[in-house]
Amino acid sequence: MSNDVYVVGTDMIKFGRFPERSVPELGAQAALMALDDCGLTIHDMQALYSGNLFEASAGVGQRILREIGQTGIPVVNTANACATGATAFREGWMAIKAGIYDVVLCVGSEQMGSGLLGGGGGSKGIPTEGLLGSGTMPSVFAHVGLEHTRQYGTTFEQFAKVSVKNHHHSTLNPKAMYQKETPLEEVMGAEMISYPNTKLMCSVNVDGSAAAVLCSEKKARELGLMGRAVKVRASALTSDPYTPRNIAMMDFNAVTRLAAKTAYEMAGLGPDEVDLIELHDCFATAELVHYENLGLCKDGEAGRLIDTGETQLGGRIPVNVSGGLLSKGHPLGATGIANIYEVTTHLRGEAGNRQVDGARIGLTHVVGAGSACAVHILEKA
Amino acid sequence: MSAAGVKPAPTTKGAVPFLKVPKEGEPYLAGSKCGKCGEVAVGTRETCGRCGARQGVEPVKLASTGKLYNFTVVHRNFPGVPVPFISAIVDVDGGGTLKGNLLGVDPDPAKIKFDMPVNIVIRPVPQKDKDGNSYLAYFFEPRN
Repeated sequence: MSNDVYVVGTDMIKFGRFPERSVPELGAQAALMALDDCGLTIHDMQALYSGNLFEASAGVGQRILREIGQTGIPVVNTANACATGATAFREGWMAIKAGIYDVVLCVGSEQMGSGLLGGGGGSKGIPTEGLLGSGTMPSVFAHVGLEHTRQYGTTFEQFAKVSVKNHHHSTLNPKAMYQKETPLEEVMGAEMISYPNTKLMCSVNVDGSAAAVLCSEKKARELGLMGRAVKVRASALTSDPYTPRNIAMMDFNAVTRLAAKTAYEMAGLGPDEVDLIELHDCFATAELVHYENLGLCKDGEAGRLIDTGETQLGGRIPVNVSGGLLSKGHPLGATGIANIYEVTTHLRGEAGNRQVDGARIGLTHVVGAGSACAVHILEKA
Repeated sequence: MSAAGVKPAPTTKGAVPFLKVPKEGEPYLAGSKCGKCGEVAVGTRETCGRCGARQGVEPVKLASTGKLYNFTVVHRNFPGVPVPFISAIVDVDGGGTLKGNLLGVDPDPAKIKFDMPVNIVIRPVPQKDKDGNSYLAYFFEPRN
């Protein structure tokens, strides 16, 4: 018997705004849905891995168990910027891979306020936001996009097309925050937040949760769960390697390239064999650079890739058919596991109107400021 | 000996730790240079972030000229932060990279050129902290 690890149950709540509910309540809902998806209960789980960023010191995992059953299992709470949920998932994967457990629950949950994320300056002295440039996320990712423009001449219109595509995809996803077409003129004409990112090129702040049940092969067979099981072919996590501009200008490229390389090597396959991708489109500018970082095209060809429609549903390599962070929404701690849910659903052939035909292998990617990047490669068992 | 509860007189400080304001002489931006790999980084450091050398990392003053590597025009920000402004990334001549505000250019992407040479100037800013301390910040200006 192999020591492979499988996703046997997964689900996510419809992303939205739930100010009247608590983070553990949101997490509990997704946890129960994922357990129901594989017909197991919390009493079958040997450990819980919980991802949440904004209440990182508040025992979210333990509070989820108070909602769904305090069985006394170990709880690990993770916080790792936007890679928080993926890190929780990876911790669960590692524990089974190491032979410690046979079946664990991974939950990501987050409640977001509204408004801008990020900004410069600490608690000492005077605020530096707006005085020494901008540390808000739309600006940080505007710099990322304009670096591509500097190198390859990528245009405002090409960046905007990413939003048109992902908003279109979300019209096929009932669990996305928005189901709304946004024509190119509307995206380009929306309020400019930080050039070239307009309001419709920024991810949506939403509340949300997603969960996955991970299982060893032995246990999955024992439980009769291999029919809809999805194998975790690779799990990679990186921090930003040193690059000269790294501190002034966060480098989301090097950290992603390192994670992608590690994951492809672990899976023993290349980007050409991947059938669909959920990547970190926190801003429209980010999606284009990650086409190259994940090896979907050669360096400098990302603009062409969006122009030719290759990353649309029906294209050569569909990207963010869920609607992505731009339209499905981005609850930081939940995002990594929501991506796993999306890809798993396609590999199972259960994605309905947005199904990527014949999907066999899928890749998920998240990258968080600071920086942390997680890449997972999944395969239908 | 100072009595308890007596605040020290307000002074002038740098808006970031690597903007040094010496008692005598001109304010400057502090960097460090690794004696092993030669990397120049912004700020004072004991260890080289690039090669990990623990010895031979020496303090240096960063140059006051550089080139525009990257920018964005910021139109929406937190309440109280004046917009629009240009957030710029500048490669300092001789090493180091800074993020700061580019002044003296219209906040219009069409008017901002990659690689344009800039001066790095240090100036007082109107903001004070709650103890009444004044601050200096650095800015970029086009160099003709």
